Amino acid sequence: MVAAEIQLLWWRGCPSWERALTMLREQMATLGLGEERLEVIEIEDEADAECLGFPGSPTILVDGIDIQPPDPEQAIGLTCRVYRRRDGRFSPLPDPNDLRDALARRSG
Amino acid sequence: MSENGMAIGDKAPALTLPGTDGAQHDLGVDDASTATVVYWTCNHCPYALAWQDRLHDVARDYSSRGVRVIAINSNDAGRYPADSFDAMVGRVEREGGWPHPYLHDESQAAARAFGARRTPEVFVFDRDLRLRYRGAPDADYDDPAEDAAWLRAALEAVLGGGRPDPAETEPVGCGVKWK
Repeated sequence: MVAAEIQLLWWRGCPSWERALTMLREQMATLGLGEERLEVIEIEDEADAECLGFPGSPTILVDGIDIQPPDPEQAIGLTCRVYRRRDGRFSPLPDPNDLRDALARRSG
Repeated sequence: MSENGMAIGDKAPALTLPGTDGAQHDLGVDDASTATVVYWTCNHCPYALAWQDRLHDVARDYSSRGVRVIAINSNDAGRYPADSFDAMVGRVEREGGWPHPYLHDESQAAARAFGARRTPEVFVFDRDLRLRYRGAPDADYDDPAEDAAWLRAALEAVLGGGRPDPAETEPVGCGVKWK
């Protein structure tokens, strides 16, 4: 069995997680990364968030590294995460190019 | 009142809240307004941030037609310090001022009275402060070209003496953070 090295951490209170999961699966398929490499983890309460250092939903880790590392002062907890697109716009989802680049480093 | 707070046609609740400009703002006293937009937003939600410029543009574009726009933050600042009144004041200053008041609903009474559920969520009232539209600004937070089309269409209908169609859409965003 291959250990999951790609993780999606999500919280039910933020609606972007399903779109994030779809985006992640599509990018993984494009890069030939099998589904067995993906672990989807629901953050259910503040204790979970604290334990895992969860900066908001969705959070995507590749080999344990956040694909867009949050500001060190970013609070830990149950919230929707703020991402910056490459064009500077705010978004509840990471820039697809940032996600692709992070996954490509794993597949390469 | 519906299970989600205000129903279409309901009169706006009495509301006096402090703004980041240091003034108290009363929803009912500005009789000169041709229409009023009240929307819930906050400092920390990515959906609210993604739509913010579009909502500011609406305030600027419709001010000459007598439309009043008010933003309200009702989030529990105890759990979300980014939404404290001080943080609201700091944000408006950093951004060089907003084109409309940004009010703090510390008790969350306004959010409960309106039935606000999400940030952002917009409420459009006619000249008599009757609710004519509630919901999302437009169909896609991720597409600036949407330009708050649903909100603008609702305002055009109200300013023209008609009724928005649809009168309600599903708000998309972060939940209001209740105490």
